Amino acid sequence: MKKLAPWQIALCVAALVASVAFPLVVKGTFPNHVMIMVFLFAMMGVAWNIMGGYAAMFSFGNVAFFGIGAYTSTVLLMNYNVNPWIGLVAGGLLAAAAAAAIGYPCSNIRSHYFSIATIAFAEIVRIQFNNWKFVAAAEGLSLPILPEGFRNFMFHSTKIPYYYIILALLALSLVVCWYISVTRMGYYLRAIKESHELAKGMGISFVRYRLYAIMISAFITAMAGTFYAQYILYIDPESVLILPISVQCVLVTMLGGAGSIWGPVIGAAILLPISEVTRVWLGAKGTGIDMMIYGALIMLISAYQPQGVWGYITSIGRRTK
Amino acid sequence: MSEQLVSQLVNGLLIGCMYSLIAIGLTLIWGVMNIVNFAHADFLMIGMFTSFWLYTLYAVDPLYSIPVCAVLLFLLGWVIYKFIVSKVMTGPGLAQVVVTFGVSIFLANLAVWLWTPDFRMIQRPLLHGTWDFGAVQLSVPKTVASIGSVLFSAGLFLFLRMTKTGKAILAVEMNRTSALLMGINTEKVNALSFAIGTSLVGVAGAFLSMYYYIYPQVGGTFGLLSFCVVALGGFGSIEGAFIAGILIGIVQTLGGYFFDPAYKYAIVFAVYLVTVWIRPQGLLGW
Repeated sequence: MKKLAPWQIALCVAALVASVAFPLVVKGTFPNHVMIMVFLFAMMGVAWNIMGGYAAMFSFGNVAFFGIGAYTSTVLLMNYNVNPWIGLVAGGLLAAAAAAAIGYPCSNIRSHYFSIATIAFAEIVRIQFNNWKFVAAAEGLSLPILPEGFRNFMFHSTKIPYYYIILALLALSLVVCWYISVTRMGYYLRAIKESHELAKGMGISFVRYRLYAIMISAFITAMAGTFYAQYILYIDPESVLILPISVQCVLVTMLGGAGSIWGPVIGAAILLPISEVTRVWLGAKGTGIDMMIYGALIMLISAYQPQGVWGYITSIGRRTK
Repeated sequence: MSEQLVSQLVNGLLIGCMYSLIAIGLTLIWGVMNIVNFAHADFLMIGMFTSFWLYTLYAVDPLYSIPVCAVLLFLLGWVIYKFIVSKVMTGPGLAQVVVTFGVSIFLANLAVWLWTPDFRMIQRPLLHGTWDFGAVQLSVPKTVASIGSVLFSAGLFLFLRMTKTGKAILAVEMNRTSALLMGINTEKVNALSFAIGTSLVGVAGAFLSMYYYIYPQVGGTFGLLSFCVVALGGFGSIEGAFIAGILIGIVQTLGGYFFDPAYKYAIVFAVYLVTVWIRPQGLLGW
């Protein structure tokens, strides 16, 4: 197992201390909200990175897993009075099962066909939820208001507990991603990314490891979905099952640097504050100018800095050596 | 009942021809550059708005704005290729996938900013009303648009087979390295095919503006459908995209007829998933 370099450990500790201390130092609802969104999308980026960054399966349908997570815990809570924490795990399991069901037959679909298949899958899920009476179709579900507390996964007076919960979930996903990247599976996935045929020739079960990656990714994304439902307390297909969320998962990873553990976190830390702040400053009138800037940013980054921020930093490191 | 079925079939065929024209531009770009142009349907939207504003401001009928749309979108495509897409051609795979997503978000929201997200319609185009054939009633603009789509598709097909430039494009599509060794300027071929692709979708936009709502997010549905059409037809295959476009149009209307109209797009996507499952390279791909 590869050991971490001292500066990497120092960086991890510094990042952890800074994020734990943040809500104690900075007071106010908006900064906390922005940070929660950063962590939420960092987590989804980490999940996307496991399949997209390591195994080069560029999914544009991860929002389906996000939606499945959000809906599972909410429906369990509303109809069967199941605790959201159990719903969190149940949503993850259901999403992983859905990922296996869709991923297995799709296992010989590659590159662009795969990307489009994921969009098609997510769109089918969206259309289904939009017309499904059992989950109130397009009306959406409002979560019942329970007494606040950790046990109910619900807080009304402050956002700080949400902040720590999502931070813990993000840390958990990072550990999973790190574990994958240093064990056999990570090497297998990277081998598959470099060359399908060679990996197959070396005896790597291509179908099985691709499927594992998709399922783990789906599980983490679904947990993010449950968190979102508990945080916003209202879900409908137009807020948890739309294509832009999938795109966001891809973008944070790409901006930060795909295939590296910290990439999605860096990407989310840059992109989410920009999008939240431009939305609040410029988007209040629905002028579209916030999304315009966002689109331009994506164009320019991928055209002129395609390795992402992490790639840029490491390339500086190599040059100075 | 069967009369209704026939008219549904005809409607599917008509909308399918439209999908074909949109998709052949996409498949050309995909085939030549191995890039999925996610902004393709946003060029469609720009074409529709061009036609709308020409009609509203200068009273030019959509039928006459077709050449304007073709030229304007050709230039826009060329510029986007030169300054954005060409930069990622040698870059990592992920950048190639994401770059056109950025273009798409940018164009759609530029339209929101400039023209508000409202739905618009061309009130009285030159072509309107219906032709009555007893059992089937054909909407005049839809029929003309579909015939026009078929003509433009055939035009592209002939251009690629008959002219030297067209053959160069096909050569690059088959094997980029060999084409380069044969002295073909692949960079120019890239730019040209991107511009031709956007130009065709601009023409489709002018046709579509005769009978469809015009709004900044119109690209969404058309974009997803045209990806399915292209992938169903097969990687870079013009003929495949043409056939698949008509198939998808028919599947969509029949799906809406036999099941629930709310699910018509879900059925199209399911057909796509089943097809790539059985034949990962699409119908006419190799």
